[in-house]
Amino acid sequence: MDTEDAVGDGPAWTGLPPGLLRMRRLLLAVWLVPAALAAGLVPGLCAGPAWAAFALLPLAALAWGWVLVGRNWRSWRYAERADDLLISRGVLWREETVVPYGRMQLVEVTSGPVERHFGLASVQLHTAAAATDAAIPGLHPAEAERLRDRLTELGEARSAGL
Amino acid sequence: MTAEGVDDAVRVREPVGERRLHPVTPFRRAWAPVAVLVGWAAHDPNQAQQQLTRLTTTTLLLALAVIVPAASLYGFLSWWFTYFSVTDGELRIRTGLVFRRTAHIRLERIQAVDVTQPLLARVAGVAKLRLDVVGADKKDELAFLGQDEARVLRAELLARAAGFAPDAAREVGEAPAHELLRVPPRALAVSLALRGATWGALAAALVVPPVLWLVTHSVWTVLATGLPLLGAAGARSAGRFVAEYDWTVGDSPDGLRLDHGLLDRTHETVPPGRVQTVRIVQPVLWRRRDWVRVELDVAGSDNSVLVPVAPRAAAEAVIARVLPGVTVPAGAALSRPPRRAGRCLPLWWRGYGIAVTDAVFAARHGLLRRDLALVPHAKVQSVRLTQGPWLRLWRLAAVHVDTGAGKTVTARLRDAQEAADLLRGQAERSRTGRRSARPDRWMA
Repeated sequence: MDTEDAVGDGPAWTGLPPGLLRMRRLLLAVWLVPAALAAGLVPGLCAGPAWAAFALLPLAALAWGWVLVGRNWRSWRYAERADDLLISRGVLWREETVVPYGRMQLVEVTSGPVERHFGLASVQLHTAAAATDAAIPGLHPAEAERLRDRLTELGEARSAGL
Repeated sequence: MTAEGVDDAVRVREPVGERRLHPVTPFRRAWAPVAVLVGWAAHDPNQAQQQLTRLTTTTLLLALAVIVPAASLYGFLSWWFTYFSVTDGELRIRTGLVFRRTAHIRLERIQAVDVTQPLLARVAGVAKLRLDVVGADKKDELAFLGQDEARVLRAELLARAAGFAPDAAREVGEAPAHELLRVPPRALAVSLALRGATWGALAAALVVPPVLWLVTHSVWTVLATGLPLLGAAGARSAGRFVAEYDWTVGDSPDGLRLDHGLLDRTHETVPPGRVQTVRIVQPVLWRRRDWVRVELDVAGSDNSVLVPVAPRAAAEAVIARVLPGVTVPAGAALSRPPRRAGRCLPLWWRGYGIAVTDAVFAARHGLLRRDLALVPHAKVQSVRLTQGPWLRLWRLAAVHVDTGAGKTVTARLRDAQEAADLLRGQAERSRTGRRSARPDRWMA
């Protein structure tokens, strides 16, 4: 991908705002820190202090997940080109999607309670093909709405049936 | 404009043109309780026998006297409360006694129109008219109509969908069709006998019973497994033969005509520009004769066969009519995956290949049973590139092309750089290809 950016005529990629990373890391910590406490305290009190080492397992998972979430967050990016939207994501399983604006049937902005608390929203695109899996998570609500309006507008301008 | 307004006003005041289905329809419903009883008797004969002996003639007659009129009444009422009408741009169906349902089907969005005649309907001289529309789970069908009425209605619907004026649409009549291809019964039978699945089921039927005999030494077990296996081997092929008998592909200004069936006759019409994907399938045993089977995907339609069996040249001639301006890339013209793909997926890598022409994206897969899928650039909904860790190791990637029929055509094991170029190029081609696509109303 870096080679392509070096070419110069590559698309202008936009990354995700850091809110999504913060949210995912916090969720990870919220689940794994109590798990580490439980895994350390219960065997440690029942079977002897040496068994408290079990707490290392969730902690290792936390450290690993911390890095993984960061890498995954960095891998997400999208580019609005003149005629289509590019979405690139994934570290180990990389996926890059191109959706021409004229093919969009529906653009959705969704935001769950946790996402809302962190001030995030996702944009989901639907085409007539069910396999089209084009979603951008973790955008600022204002950016998500701007993107939705722009995509709808472009979609109308370039609309084509099936 | 004013004339149209007046026309609308007249229609609002007096909803003429609402019609009922054929009077035979109630009998279809009246069959239901009888079928349930027969099914129960066949499913559990002993119990049925016991119950029957306990019943006296009077109770039997009494039950009949209740069930049959009730079923008839239900059938009659559901027929009485079902209307349909054709307006300028829509087919409207109004149905339901307790739960009312009104369906308005936009004619320019019709993907296919089928007139089917099950065996009994052929005897009664009626037919079913079904419309395939994108996104509708429940198929809207008009069952039953008189045979001739169904044909006239189909012609009218297609004429209106094509963009003819409402008055003209009724007079246009059925568009003349000319035959492109007819599959002779002998070729169909031979082709079905040469399918891998037939031989597989036959082999299973020959191998499994002896093995069971050696293990259990029980005749009944052997019979109980052997007979269904043998039956399955025959039934699938026989079923296909009956359904695909006398397969005729015709071409008309309304689109593609597919007529087929030995007992149940089906007449399908696929308007121009509705085909999303065409697949050319060649089982390994057909290769020597160079026969192929052609399948097509139309959004919202579940039929997928275009030609059950034909010599390659004839099949390609049909494809050239279905997708105008498309030539099927020859096997040698396909670009193979790079050599190192052989270490990524030994042996099978040889089956893969792609070709991109001005009009279509073509991808082949399958080592024994070759499957070449063609997607017109104008029908591409989105393009995706995927690469897992194993493919990354060999610097390979896959490109998926999604079409509106819910099918995805995949070019696997491509060189990573080539795949990236393919992704960009395909997005560009599908965008420009769409400009030259035909309008929904193909005669307008």
